[in-house]
Amino acid sequence: MMLRFLQTFEDAEIICIPSASCVAMIRDHYPSIAAETGDSKILRQVEAILPGVFEFTELLVDKLGVTDVGAFYPHTVTLHTSCHSLRSLHVGEKPRRLLQAVRGLNLVDLDQSDQCCGFGGTFAIKNAEVSSAMLGDKTRCILNTGAEVCAGIDNSCLMQIGGALHRQRTGVRTVHLAEILACTESGGPPS
Amino acid sequence: MSIRVGEAAQAPSFPDAAKTLIENSQLRRNVRHATGVIRAKRDRVVEELPDWQELRNAAQSIKAHTLQYLDSYLLQFEAACIAAGGKVHWAADADEANRIIVGLISAHTEREVIKVKTMTTDEIQLNPALEAAGITPYETDLADLIVQLGEDKPSHIVVPALHRNRMEIREIFLRKMKLKELGTKAEDLAAAARTYLREKFLRVPIAISGANFLVAETGSVCVVESEGNGRMCLSLPRVLISVVGIEKVIPTFQDLEVFLQLLPRSATGERMNPYNSIWTGIATNDGPQEFHVVLLDNGRTTILADKTSRETLACIRCGACLNACPVYRQTGGHAYGSIYAGPIGAILTPQLQSMEHSQSLPYASSLCGACYEVCPVKINIPEILIYLRKIVVESGQAPASERLGMKMAAFALANSSRLGQAQKLVRIMQKPLLQDGVIRNLPGMLAGWSATRDFPQVPQESFREWWKKRGKR
Repeated sequence: MMLRFLQTFEDAEIICIPSASCVAMIRDHYPSIAAETGDSKILRQVEAILPGVFEFTELLVDKLGVTDVGAFYPHTVTLHTSCHSLRSLHVGEKPRRLLQAVRGLNLVDLDQSDQCCGFGGTFAIKNAEVSSAMLGDKTRCILNTGAEVCAGIDNSCLMQIGGALHRQRTGVRTVHLAEILACTESGGPPS
Repeated sequence: MSIRVGEAAQAPSFPDAAKTLIENSQLRRNVRHATGVIRAKRDRVVEELPDWQELRNAAQSIKAHTLQYLDSYLLQFEAACIAAGGKVHWAADADEANRIIVGLISAHTEREVIKVKTMTTDEIQLNPALEAAGITPYETDLADLIVQLGEDKPSHIVVPALHRNRMEIREIFLRKMKLKELGTKAEDLAAAARTYLREKFLRVPIAISGANFLVAETGSVCVVESEGNGRMCLSLPRVLISVVGIEKVIPTFQDLEVFLQLLPRSATGERMNPYNSIWTGIATNDGPQEFHVVLLDNGRTTILADKTSRETLACIRCGACLNACPVYRQTGGHAYGSIYAGPIGAILTPQLQSMEHSQSLPYASSLCGACYEVCPVKINIPEILIYLRKIVVESGQAPASERLGMKMAAFALANSSRLGQAQKLVRIMQKPLLQDGVIRNLPGMLAGWSATRDFPQVPQESFREWWKKRGKR
């Protein structure tokens, strides 16, 4: 799959990825996987492609220097800072700064925001009970904020959190940050 | 060889053990409370040190260097310890260590020993071996005493009775110390333990300890603790036996300055341990006059031989990764089936057993990275977990359903046309499962997901299809 990725995006100047854990996979693991193949050409390809790989908020804030995209989103929102965005990418305040610039948006702090939501890929299946217990803590913190929307930059976490919020009929939904930034006074994201 | 890690080889799998434990609301409350208190203390005292990251780097380098030259440093320690009047014994596995220790005690007439908190003796199951030889061990660390009297198992490397609250401890003391009455305050419980233990400190002439560090340069042994029971055991008895894993050696006395800053702050959130005992062999007419060190391998050289996961042996047993782990905080330590619980236990326990047991442990993590972030010696636990999963898969020990699922995923993700076909197929297959736009019941091994979570439906249009239709603008 790495080889396929390298082939597909070979000619791309910038690769924008709306998922922190995917970026972490590429940045943290591709170099060592490439080294394991023992093929120096593959290693060079990985090294060449890495500087062009950006997580969505990195591209906006770091590369393009934009924090206000002119979005309008009249809702109370809390932010789930996912593990990979926090501990691998160190995106820091970038998602927050983007949300703070959105007109009409009321951003509320999430307690224990550095805690894992319990997704963890196959972990959510192989250890479904513990994963659900961790998720219970996360949804409790989200509900305590009073927000109607939980935003994030990792779809996997949003699927996990959203799955429980929906099952419990909480009326709180999960939304990717990009979807919020795509909303303007004249309506939602282009279809 | 009889390498074993407590009773880990007979323990149920992590998911099975966890299933029962997370139903225990008292235990979950106790674990959540205790780990929360220790984490907050740790974070406070770590923030005070501007050079914390440099200290971590230094500790990591010292450990990496020592592990690379472990054989020479162990021999250096042995020579220095013998020169200072100590005796050094080498134990390849748990049984050999137990045989040596029982033999050393049997040379004396006493049939009782007092013990300082040591995970290593739990690893080799020393207490049952002593009891089988007619020797009674008394745990003197408060938490170990609670575990011993409660006929329980340790659930945390540093705080073995973390899963118990004060009222549960009071009940154990009342019953086992045969007390008529006992107050409910922490001071009352500590006073009862003190009365119970003081008599043993003064009477029993043989002590068993572990060690936090061995200093190769001087032959010194270092034990840090908070209660003073360790100091009593290390100074009052005539005979002292220290059981130490071979990875505990560090090159020089000066290296202690790094570890004695990192360990207390990481372990208990203290700037310094209240008691730091460092001794070198025997001091004439002061403290124990007979001193033995039992150097334990028990699977450690197997880990040492694997360069990818060798750093597992750098662990200084501070327990910070347990307190930081969101999985541990839900289940407590018993779910890991090993005396080494939490993230470090998940990598250490299976490796000590040559990956022949405890194969569910590398999966007992969401790979969130909180353990690596707090580790004072910078062990990259998430990376090692992934590496161990790879070993489990490559040795054919993954469940058949998982192997099939991974094969199907690899096939579908191999190129875009296959992925497109797979998406179309799933769109049709999901139809009977859809209720109000979501899937509430997933089949087979995916049922665990839908037990607590709705699953979003696969959209009628994929990103690729949308992008194609949209065309170039």
